[in-house]
Amino acid sequence: MESIRIEKTRKTPDITFNAESGKLQIEGKSIPENSIEFYKPLVDWLEEYGKTSHDATEVNIKLEYFNTSSSKCILDVFKKLETIHKENNNVIINWYYEEDDEDMLEAGEDYQSILKIPFKMIEMEE
Amino acid sequence: MSFDLLEWYKKNTDEKILYSFLGPVSEDIISSILDKIENILTEKETDLKTFKKIYHISVEALQNLYHHSDSPNQKGNAIENNIVFILKKEANPAKINNKFNILTGNFINKSNTRLLKERIDQLNFLSKDEIRTLYKLILNNNEFSEKGGGGLGMIDLVKRSGNNLSYNFYNFDNDYIFFTLRIAI
Repeated sequence: MESIRIEKTRKTPDITFNAESGKLQIEGKSIPENSIEFYKPLVDWLEEYGKTSHDATEVNIKLEYFNTSSSKCILDVFKKLETIHKENNNVIINWYYEEDDEDMLEAGEDYQSILKIPFKMIEMEE
Repeated sequence: MSFDLLEWYKKNTDEKILYSFLGPVSEDIISSILDKIENILTEKETDLKTFKKIYHISVEALQNLYHHSDSPNQKGNAIENNIVFILKKEANPAKINNKFNILTGNFINKSNTRLLKERIDQLNFLSKDEIRTLYKLILNNNEFSEKGGGGLGMIDLVKRSGNNLSYNFYNFDNDYIFFTLRIAI
């Protein structure tokens, strides 16, 4: 399976997904006007990825900002991962937030409470 | 007397403003406004926490204007196509709790006024915990509006700012209302 590489823009994050190592990284700003369009390739790719089993999938998500439209798409991404996890695959989501960024921590906790999947909050020092 | 947008804009940009915009909105305009806000806040050496709050609320407020203005596209230069975005720093923050204010304005169809008013009144009535619960409920409802929004824009402004929203509706003509929203940060 091909890996994914989406370069960041002013309004969208950098996304890399290595199918072999099972590592997904989302980093930067996610504030596009049309989030559904932006996240569709990743959601479709995860659908495909989930069709076979994987020893371990690790998600590292480091967002500076995200808008509410992205927040729903990010949940869709997480739900795909939740499905993969349900089928007895190891999946972990590492949610990074900057020191003192309570809003970002709170956003991570909101996802954690909605999803049944290992979720780790990691504070980054400035 | 009918509503005069330029008069209103002039009146509201008299005070100590950091940034103001009056014109039609587009994706590129939103990007350029956000760049300017970023520069201004950096210049003013705003602390990181406040910086992030203002930036985030600006993104959401601008995208609300972009998705929810009811401008008549068929009339290219129509005054109703304009939106207003103003960022202010209060002159005397010692006397009040909030240092910054974002004031937005846009035209909406008269028929949408009641629903919008009820929605804001309802959000203003809720406690902080209730806002968070409602946010999670809407986040998880799998619905997107036909305008591409997730139905979270207005609630996010309350959640992020931690303050009630103030609003006004000004009669423009038989079809349109000018809707203004003030977010204290």
